[in-house]
Amino acid sequence: MYMDQLRKDDFEIVGVKIEDTEKISQPSLSYWKDALNRFRKNKLAMVGLVILILLIFMAIFGPLISGYDYRTNDLANKNLPPSAEHWFGTDELGRDVFTRTWEGARISIFIGIAAALIDLTIGVLWGGIAGYKGGRVDEIMMRIADILYGIPYLLVVILLMVVFGQSVGTMILAMTITGWVNMARIVRGQFLLLKEQEYVLAARTLGASTRRIMAKHLVPNAMGPILVTMTLTIPSAIFTEAFLSFLGLGLNPPLASWGTMASDGLPALRFYPWRLLFPATFICLTIFAFNVIGDGLRDALDPRLRK
Amino acid sequence: MAEKLIEIKNLKQYFNVGKPNMVKAVDGVTFDIYKGETLGLVGESGCGKSTTGRTIIRLYEATGGQILFNGKNITGKLSKSEEKQLNRKMQMIFQDPYASLNPRMTVADIIAEGIDIHGLAKSKKERMERIYELLETVGLNKEHANRYPHEFSGGQRQRIGIARALAVKPEFIIADEPISALDVSIQAQIVNLLKRLQRERGLTYLFIAHDLSMVKYISDRIAVMYYGKIVELASSDELYQCPIHPYTKSLLSAIPLPDPDYERKRVREIYDPSKHGYDPDEKLELREITPNHFVLCSEKEYHQYKKQYEGNCRAAQKVR
Repeated sequence: MYMDQLRKDDFEIVGVKIEDTEKISQPSLSYWKDALNRFRKNKLAMVGLVILILLIFMAIFGPLISGYDYRTNDLANKNLPPSAEHWFGTDELGRDVFTRTWEGARISIFIGIAAALIDLTIGVLWGGIAGYKGGRVDEIMMRIADILYGIPYLLVVILLMVVFGQSVGTMILAMTITGWVNMARIVRGQFLLLKEQEYVLAARTLGASTRRIMAKHLVPNAMGPILVTMTLTIPSAIFTEAFLSFLGLGLNPPLASWGTMASDGLPALRFYPWRLLFPATFICLTIFAFNVIGDGLRDALDPRLRK
Repeated sequence: MAEKLIEIKNLKQYFNVGKPNMVKAVDGVTFDIYKGETLGLVGESGCGKSTTGRTIIRLYEATGGQILFNGKNITGKLSKSEEKQLNRKMQMIFQDPYASLNPRMTVADIIAEGIDIHGLAKSKKERMERIYELLETVGLNKEHANRYPHEFSGGQRQRIGIARALAVKPEFIIADEPISALDVSIQAQIVNLLKRLQRERGLTYLFIAHDLSMVKYISDRIAVMYYGKIVELASSDELYQCPIHPYTKSLLSAIPLPDPDYERKRVREIYDPSKHGYDPDEKLELREITPNHFVLCSEKEYHQYKKQYEGNCRAAQKVR
């Protein structure tokens, strides 16, 4: 067929319509939905999440289903091995280890989460103000943080324990008094980076207040690193609690925490290994779970890893 | 001539004042912007174009000089209410459409930011109506309101940025290289949108760019900037036909045209600032060579340029 034989009505538009060029065919995905999808694909992180959910479930219901009390001594039944009667055995005072383990889980997880939340609040505020204001304010605030960070940690803890007495509250205070510095540094770094972004400048030209810029622009965009830091703070707080209790700087009996139980179980290791085995296992499992969740979150929340 | 909307007088913006690494980003710039016009501001990277724009909109505090908006000085400290008013009258469109939209906010929230800050909508319904109206103005669909920025293309994002600026009904918009991050087909779309908005709403633009052909297309007048100073200011046709300052000539000689005959003859002129041979005590200022055509020069050069202009440009203009 030659060119001059072609007529206009031989042609018909079959494909694109003008109205369709602006359409977006993909379903709308918010940042969080997208992150959740990526988190779900991470098998190890999902394993961690399942472990964590089981642990929390048992911490809530474990002491109820055993039928024993965590503080009642039963000297006739001390140091029993695991059995149908006492699933994890009993300790030197005849207390049920199963009940005490979950009682300890409550305290350990509570301390971990409380410490992380306090770190979060102080760290985001302190680091946020330092990063956003910049200049001299930043300089002074971060030097204060550095000084706090430089104080030997164990000294602070011992001092606080001596002054305020050994309790859960003191323990959390001891952990957060220097712990927030880490969060503050991360938030400051993020804010320094984000405040130069054009969308922040745009908000400023629109007349947005500092508070609005912080709440709507800076914190949501720094949420990824904040969340990751928080999930990694929890296991370190749990570990610190166990470590301090193990050294005898922790909670007082009859309160049970995994640290005190491990500490009590150590002398009996040769004869009654389960008394150390159970709390030690659960410390490991919890820390493992939080760590893989933290890693998974970091991967999921990093937009550069989007596929 | 038309009414002056903005007068900039000897504006200076230095960074790191008093330190060894002090930078004079903007060094004594003076120009006016008339109501309803587009003033193009061109120059090479790092010559202070963007800094000028950001200082005018008060993102930076001016080191010296004055900016008059509608005859009122807007440098230095302003009261809260004055500041709010100013924020509504003056808006900015940014260069990078990927960095200028908050990735955690929906398009509706981004566009409505100004409406929310200034309380321009009385109810949720009114707010959404305004958002839909703005989306339509920039050629986007209603359904886009609840999506996130990463789902859009560069051109669409830039239009969202324009809608955000329009939300507070400004009189004056600073467009800071709004098209340089877009590909050519989209550039035309954005520039035409800006032109249409100017026609419909009587906007005034300060159009910052480095793409000379695009600037000529959109601008009424063009200011050429070099190392923190304006070296030439004229209407865009005049500037293209009769460039006087050697730097402007050099810039214009760098424009490639899709015309092989022209390209074969095109000679790239290199600007060498030392050729001026200024004495240290010579006073450099913007002097008017012909009406409304200003060139930065010394007294001696002024006469020389004037003669040169009479010789070359008058003749050229008569031929046409």
